[in-house]
Amino acid sequence: MTEPIHITVDGKEIEARPGEPLIAAAERGGTYIPRFCYHPRMRPVGMCRMCLVEVVGPRGPMLQPSCMVPVADGMEVNTETPSVKRAQDGMLELLLINHPLDCPVCDKGGECPLQDQTLAFGPGESRFVEEKRHWEKPIYLSPLVALDRERCVQCDRCTRFAGEIAGDPLISFMNRGAHTEVNTFPDDPFASYFSGNTVQLCPVGALTAKPYRFKARPWDLDQVESTCTSCSVGCRVAVQSSSDRLVRKLGVDVDAVNQGWLCDKGRFDFEAVNSDERLGTPQVRTGDSLAETSWGAALRKAADALQGAKERHGAASIAVLGGARLTNEDAYAWSKLARTVLGTDNVDAQLGDGLPAEVVLGLPRATIDDANRADVLVLLTADIKEELPVLYLRLRQSAIDKRVRVVEVSPVETAMTAYAEVSVRSLPGELAAGIQSNKAKAVLKDAEKVVCILGRPTLAESADAVIDAAAALLAQAPNTTFLSGLRRSNVHGALDMGLAPGVLPGRVSLADGREFLGATWGELPVEPGLDATGILTAAAEGRIQALVLLGADPLADFADRDLARRALAGAGTVIAVDAFLNESARHADVVLPAAMWGEKPGSTTNLEGRVSRLNQKITPPGTAHADWMIAVELADFLGADLGLTSVEQITDEIADLAPAYAGITARALSSTIGFDGLLAGEAKEQPHTAPPTMGPAESPEIIAPDNQGEAPSGTNIAPETPDPAHGSASEQTDDIDDVERPQLLRFTPASSGREVPAIDGYSLRLVSAHKLYDAGTLVQRAPSLAPLAPGGAVRVNPTDLERLGLTNGDSVRVTSSRGAITIPAEADVSVPKGIAVISFDQPGPGAADLIDTASMITDVRLETLS
Amino acid sequence: MVSIVFARMEQQDAHTLDGYTRSEGYSGLRKALSMTPEAVLEDVKASQLAGRGGAGFATGQKWSLIAEGFPRYVVVNGDESEPGTFKDRQLMERDPHQVIEGSLITAYAVRATRVFLYIRGEMALAQERVGQALVDAYAGGYVGADIMGSGWSCDVVLHHGAGAYVVGEETALLESLEGKRAFPRIKPPFYPAAKGLYLQPTIVNNVETVSTLPWIIRNTGETYATYGAGRAPGTRIMCVSGHVKKPGNYEVEAGKITFRDLIYDIAGGIRDDKELKAFVPGGGSAPWLFPDHLDLPLDPGPVGAEGTMLGSGAVVVMDETTCMVRAAWNLVRFYSHESCGQCTPCREGGNWLEKIMYRIENGNGRPEDLDLLLDVGETIAPGPFPHASNKATGLEAVPFPYKMTTICFVGPSAVVPMHSALTRFRDEFEEHIRLGACPHRVAVGSGVHA
Repeated sequence: MTEPIHITVDGKEIEARPGEPLIAAAERGGTYIPRFCYHPRMRPVGMCRMCLVEVVGPRGPMLQPSCMVPVADGMEVNTETPSVKRAQDGMLELLLINHPLDCPVCDKGGECPLQDQTLAFGPGESRFVEEKRHWEKPIYLSPLVALDRERCVQCDRCTRFAGEIAGDPLISFMNRGAHTEVNTFPDDPFASYFSGNTVQLCPVGALTAKPYRFKARPWDLDQVESTCTSCSVGCRVAVQSSSDRLVRKLGVDVDAVNQGWLCDKGRFDFEAVNSDERLGTPQVRTGDSLAETSWGAALRKAADALQGAKERHGAASIAVLGGARLTNEDAYAWSKLARTVLGTDNVDAQLGDGLPAEVVLGLPRATIDDANRADVLVLLTADIKEELPVLYLRLRQSAIDKRVRVVEVSPVETAMTAYAEVSVRSLPGELAAGIQSNKAKAVLKDAEKVVCILGRPTLAESADAVIDAAAALLAQAPNTTFLSGLRRSNVHGALDMGLAPGVLPGRVSLADGREFLGATWGELPVEPGLDATGILTAAAEGRIQALVLLGADPLADFADRDLARRALAGAGTVIAVDAFLNESARHADVVLPAAMWGEKPGSTTNLEGRVSRLNQKITPPGTAHADWMIAVELADFLGADLGLTSVEQITDEIADLAPAYAGITARALSSTIGFDGLLAGEAKEQPHTAPPTMGPAESPEIIAPDNQGEAPSGTNIAPETPDPAHGSASEQTDDIDDVERPQLLRFTPASSGREVPAIDGYSLRLVSAHKLYDAGTLVQRAPSLAPLAPGGAVRVNPTDLERLGLTNGDSVRVTSSRGAITIPAEADVSVPKGIAVISFDQPGPGAADLIDTASMITDVRLETLS
Repeated sequence: MVSIVFARMEQQDAHTLDGYTRSEGYSGLRKALSMTPEAVLEDVKASQLAGRGGAGFATGQKWSLIAEGFPRYVVVNGDESEPGTFKDRQLMERDPHQVIEGSLITAYAVRATRVFLYIRGEMALAQERVGQALVDAYAGGYVGADIMGSGWSCDVVLHHGAGAYVVGEETALLESLEGKRAFPRIKPPFYPAAKGLYLQPTIVNNVETVSTLPWIIRNTGETYATYGAGRAPGTRIMCVSGHVKKPGNYEVEAGKITFRDLIYDIAGGIRDDKELKAFVPGGGSAPWLFPDHLDLPLDPGPVGAEGTMLGSGAVVVMDETTCMVRAAWNLVRFYSHESCGQCTPCREGGNWLEKIMYRIENGNGRPEDLDLLLDVGETIAPGPFPHASNKATGLEAVPFPYKMTTICFVGPSAVVPMHSALTRFRDEFEEHIRLGACPHRVAVGSGVHA
């Protein structure tokens, strides 16, 4: 770290970091210099001229834009002299001459930097008497973002964000002089997954988001900080509500995670929470239909079914599927219920779309920051822009800045391909060969620090292929650490809480932790249970008498729809705990309404194992409960007491009993350091500091990253925490207290030795991964997002299309060993020859009707309908 | 009368390779290639040649500032668009090979590997002539690989602008050349010689500047320096337009003549023998001069002390019939229209100035508008604004240049005509307001005198 230097601002000496912009140094030193275009996460452009201050130079004090002037030792700066005041006054008067001043009907009114700074630094009234500039208002830049050009102050924030941060340079300045406007290029909408950030960045009311337009006034909003669980990145957010309805999510700047940004899905999917289709009353099946009933009656029926199954067929006839939507506390309660009261280990939070729990939990771990600081970053996962959008922003930036060299092995092009030094195309099933290719080897050869993002490049390929590739990578680079690429919201928390067969809370195996946990929990199952595929197969064969769907919709999410269908038909009693009556829940015998994100407090764990707080902002609809409460009540009906009384108590019980979560107490999570989240496996009990709750009207304006100008800090936990060295978790937890804790899971991947069947000349190998917008519950219940799902199509290389005698846009019949569907065919040059791409879980028939989960790969044939 | 840059203006086929080589064409480059780059640089330094784009920076000094690094570029700024300036266009149309030869001499001296010729989008004939000249020069071995058998190679790339005044600003030109929106870059770095095109060391020179180089190399810099006088050695082209009998481009030994010589002798005097009222001495962004300044020599020293500049060498003459409000409004409108839109003061302030002046000219002015104009001007260019002395009112000159709150000079340039007209002819502004009409009966938009 470089030595700090000293500058004088208004006669006061402050410390500054060499090279940082004057505006940032002054702000940290307590002097706020007004600004519109400057943003700490973007390149300064010096356009608005609002931040002019006097810098004393050899020719006396000169007005300089403080966002463009790097600090120098001994620099003397005046921010309050008459000439500075004159300039600030003048700039604000000029910015306002063409501004419509329609604040009373503007969404930004009340939280508007232009308003605030005019009040603080500007003139009282305008001397402008001419007609103001007029534009059509508003125009929609994209289905989500509207632009009112009359309000725009041309600060270049949105356009810079789109080009520099999102990599979607789809909006730009047009025309010049007083007619300068922001707009899209003709016929090319601002179709960016990150467009919502421009709305948050806008210092005036020029950009508004469709879901929030005219919904609320800032002074009517109430807000809490929370964590987004749309995917597993775990972006920090401010959740805002008005009249007990969620109205807005804003990104909060956490350096180690999202750095202030959100994807549009995360930003706008709160609409689903407000949906009229939400379940608010329990339902039980009477004949062919579900009828609303009381909690008591519903729980009685569920308890009887579970009790009966256990008594008549044994605990192994009970299974609990799902849980990735849950908070850590919910997941812990259900894990405890399943293991202790129901007596089954047939639990799985994943739906065959992830990786085995021991792989996710047991590989040496890397953080997001580690991935951004690696020598070589290996991508063995699906397109992160589609699945983990904000992680994509971080990694894209590191690749562009040449901080990391990116090696990608993927069956198809991804958004990261353009930024990868090496991108190897591998056929499904042959990922390991890609890692062993000469191109990949050449980059990996001398790399000291290798981080791999390990996920599922395609669901039409066995997870074994991914494990084989991980083994191949470790053979070349034994020090490789791994960042999970699994996308499903709190899947990592659910796995950490033991919602997977053979795994207990805190990343320990059933075998290792049975004794330790049994001391508190009581008797635990002996044998590891079934995973999702196993559960569904057993159900289809009539061996599951009671199936609990914990926010799971296997009909939509399991890669083999036929198996899911037979499983739901074959399972004895199906108990769905869900917020919506989704496709699978419609087949249930008992439906218990659950509270959603924003309606319950707790904690969540992101893909790097960072545990952060969730807060409740609104009340759930009807009598919907948090999932942990449902578990407790169900246990009660089964005559057992889970001993769980409140979220804080569960959090603390987890900290006590789940070895990797030692130290992550409710108190630690609500402290200042807990604000950024605590890394599981590395946290220690922290001195309690005032919790950084957000004031009701405080703007979550992205704050200057505290460590600007130097390498980002690792974990933000505490200075005495050692560098997040991998695999150090178990050592560190030893001194938490005296109890002998079990070892954390360790997994060393070995080649499965499975052969990839040869492809015949008439077939194409299927690739299927998620798009950001899909037919999933949240997206489809969010009116703004639902239309953005691109729909089902099979994309193939034009050469293959021609070879098969098909034309672009034709409806084709796609057949695999498992089934056949009819969807349109699209020619796509980005798809390599020999491959057919069908996005997973799009509206209509899809890949789940084709994928053979038992096979290493799935081959399909395409035929014309005629 | 001496002809250096304009030596071939009487030669009808000077734009062809044959015509050019017949009149010593490319012999300057041949001589330069026989010298070391350092010797070429020294010769240009000895010539005391100053840039002809407007800023008047010493060419040899600019070259010697070029940073280490590879590749280095030379960019020739042919985006001539300063109001009243039309010399570069004539040079590119009538003597395109001289531009190419001069730019190659520059490239050789600064060890650049590539030259970019940026020609203003509106100049169709110049684009055609320079394009053809390049084709011929490549075919003749004067450009490209192993130029004239010297072993030195340099490519020349032709680029056409898209019609933005601000591209005349060299950093905006570089942005435009890189395919981006022409936003002037923030200084520092102050000189493209440090970080220019694609952030590589780059020399940006004006067309007239490079056109002078072949003569300098042929006849030595010392000879060139014997022409002219004072701080204006050599010759330069003055573009005279407006109410004179013989408007046009004139190559003059600037320091040796006065504005009186230029307007009354060379350009034939005021049209219809009317009285001179005001004149722009160096392009639209130069503060105005008045009849009492006619005896100033065309020398940057005394002209600068008098609150203005020789800039691009464009003299726009206004006779006694000219409405000062309208003339100033016309220029303010130009700068307001040409603002790139980047900086608030220029984008909004220039537009506001234009609107106020439009109102005054059309009889809708208010007494408070005059101080408002000056106040808005001060937001764009804080502090005392340069203007010429005024013997009648005892006003002392404020020397050039101004301070500014903008990135480039376009913003303050909108203040210039307003400020010059208002400080000198405030009574005329007040008359407009009092009458509720233009006393010259020149309504904005009518285009002709009534």
